[in-house]
Amino acid sequence: MSTTAIDVHAGHHHPKGVLPWIMRWVTTTNHKDIGTMYLVFALSMFFVGGLMAMVIRAELFQPGLQFVDPHFFNQMTTVHALIMIFGAVMPAFAGFANWMVPLMIGAPDMALPRLNNWSFWLLPFATLLLLMTFLFPGGAPASGWTMYPPLVLQTGNAFPFMIFAVHLLGLSSIMAAINIIVTIMNMRAPGMSLMKMPMFAWTWLITAYLMILAMPVLAGAVTMLLTDQFFGTSFFTAGGGGDPVMYQHIFWFFGHPEVYIIILPAFGIVSQVIPTFSRKPLFGYAAMVYATAAIAFLSLIVWAHHMFTVGMPLGGQLFFMLTTMIIAIPTGVKVFNWTATMWRGSMTFETPMLFAVAFLFLFTIGGFSGLMVAIVPADFQYHDSYFVVAHFHYVLVPGAVFGAFAGAYYWLPKWTGHMYDERLGKWHFWLTAVFVNVTFFPQHFLGLAGMPRRIPDYAVQFADFNMISSIGAFGFGLAQLIFVWVVIKCIRGGEKATDQVWEGAEGLEWTVPSPAPHHTFETPPVIK
Amino acid sequence: MQMNRKVGAFAAALSMLAAFYSSAAWSDWQMNMPRGVTTISSEVYGLHMLILWVCVVIGIGVFGAMVYAIVKYRKDNGAQAAKFSHNTLAEVTWTTIPAIILIVLAVPAAETLVKIEDTTGSELTIKVTGYQWQWHYDYIDDGVQFFSRLDRDSNAARRRGSGIDPSTVENYLLEVDNPVVVPVDTKVRLLLTSADVLHAWWMPEFAVKKDAVPGYINEAWFHALEEGTYRGQCAELCGMDHAYMPIVVRVVSREEYDDWLAEKSRPALTQAD
Repeated sequence: MSTTAIDVHAGHHHPKGVLPWIMRWVTTTNHKDIGTMYLVFALSMFFVGGLMAMVIRAELFQPGLQFVDPHFFNQMTTVHALIMIFGAVMPAFAGFANWMVPLMIGAPDMALPRLNNWSFWLLPFATLLLLMTFLFPGGAPASGWTMYPPLVLQTGNAFPFMIFAVHLLGLSSIMAAINIIVTIMNMRAPGMSLMKMPMFAWTWLITAYLMILAMPVLAGAVTMLLTDQFFGTSFFTAGGGGDPVMYQHIFWFFGHPEVYIIILPAFGIVSQVIPTFSRKPLFGYAAMVYATAAIAFLSLIVWAHHMFTVGMPLGGQLFFMLTTMIIAIPTGVKVFNWTATMWRGSMTFETPMLFAVAFLFLFTIGGFSGLMVAIVPADFQYHDSYFVVAHFHYVLVPGAVFGAFAGAYYWLPKWTGHMYDERLGKWHFWLTAVFVNVTFFPQHFLGLAGMPRRIPDYAVQFADFNMISSIGAFGFGLAQLIFVWVVIKCIRGGEKATDQVWEGAEGLEWTVPSPAPHHTFETPPVIK
Repeated sequence: MQMNRKVGAFAAALSMLAAFYSSAAWSDWQMNMPRGVTTISSEVYGLHMLILWVCVVIGIGVFGAMVYAIVKYRKDNGAQAAKFSHNTLAEVTWTTIPAIILIVLAVPAAETLVKIEDTTGSELTIKVTGYQWQWHYDYIDDGVQFFSRLDRDSNAARRRGSGIDPSTVENYLLEVDNPVVVPVDTKVRLLLTSADVLHAWWMPEFAVKKDAVPGYINEAWFHALEEGTYRGQCAELCGMDHAYMPIVVRVVSREEYDDWLAEKSRPALTQAD
């Protein structure tokens, strides 16, 4: 399990100047460089989407309309979601995949390095296309990230830009997914059977299959929107014999697997972090693999639980209620297995572990509210209310985002060669964990009390919890600046990191030096 | 130190649970779903409370185990890591027990759902049409129809920079010019559609929410048991003024309903619309 030290400069010349530096990043095919670009891009987009969230919460701080008009508010909610999903969370996990999967399986790079470069560079262009629509007359898309017709067909000049951006973002994901599957299936080091692979590689393998199944469906849905708008088709226009509800089916056939695409890599990271800091092997590795696969399979047959109020026949409602409820079983297995990993371990609570444990607690709360919304008659009260907003933010923020933070703190020393500042990391963690709950827990109450979602103003009895939620949001947003400080400080210096970095860490990535050399595993290691 | 933390957490949890019992509708700080006033709404409330309690109990168990592990199995307490990574009995148990719990939840849920989907036997039918941004009601058996829009005072106060404090407007954003009026203790069927984009008709105290879809006619029903004025909102993003098309239903005695219907049926000149 040695790595031959490679002379990075062999065959390269490094002229001085800004343009060569730019070209290095534009043309790189190195998985570590591309991983870094994904992560930097994702962090920037997290702040762009976060800024929109701040506008939303500022307007909702008090009843009455203080800062923005309703149409602009709708642009904020729409683009906040599109940016967070497609610009922040998915690219972040793609960044982790790029950096870590080859290292974890003992491969020198991804199978298709040039495709990898293009997968990344599509993203800044696609998000630029989307964000520039704020400058258009009529503004950015305002129909919700779900883009339901007929409303979405009232989008003005932004419409074709939104469709094209979604196509490019989807293309990026599909190509990345192909790359990941081919890499994992073909380039594992000798002796690394699939059932010896780290969980992070497993969750990404399964996620990649889901991406290939789901993203083209989204492309189909938005293409039909495009032709309905510009080419005289009536897929979704009742007046022309079409069906608005069919869009919802097609969209959510993508949309539900999409949320599992978002969370499975976070599950994978947590499955790496908890055993390390418990100094104990992951409990029930095989069960974790099968549970992940079960979740992925089930995610393909639950989509209409997003549509329970649309006017579905009883049989359909019952089917989707039951399949949705069943997902609780493999998900519960994972939560129990993580807890059992901690049980009778020898735990320390550095920042990655703090985020992983908070994930365990708070994602479980999101799972409980998910079970509640699965129950159809009760969902008639929850649907399109703040209860749903609370549910999905619990699984997305202390779920996916905390998983990403755990991974970032865990692997920063491997990427940079320096330990990050543990005190700052803990400040970031505690402020984030407290404020995320202050922001989103009261939203459960708002939904139960009758507050609909996607509204810029509300009846006076909702004022108290809205004010608390907004204060939480402002605190949460500010706390994220600490993370930027931690990252920049860690890149620039800090205590030198060893190869293994963490006492309980196991896996091939901890056998290479920190920082990992530009090229690693040029000769595959042998796994016993 | 650890005991105090646990006691504090337990006390907090208890006080939160106590708050769940208040289900007065439209009160400040309201934390829970209203029990509502229809035959179905209390069943829906009951289902909601059942799953909520199930989740609370499971949560206490699971979070309890996590907290215990975090407190006890720390390296600086001298804990030595065990090596096990399997326990077949535990794994079978924590797969089967959740499955059983799901069945326990699914049965009453399915029963209530079957009742909700049965729109037969109604005495009164109202066609409800969603518009951007108002509702239209048509009592199709009686030839009475009208638009129902956000009340004038709310509409003035809601503008940006109106200078009007929303707390001075009664039922801010929840008042309309022409409410729906229905008789108490009567099964009322709603036929829902839209004239433009998707809308949704939501009345929390009836536990009714159904989408208004152009090209479709969706059915919903309610059987209100208590007279009163009930307020709801549009629950599907429908554009700029999605927040400003509320729903008001007045449930009145049979006599009062007949009077109202007669009044509304008179020719337009004498109506206050």
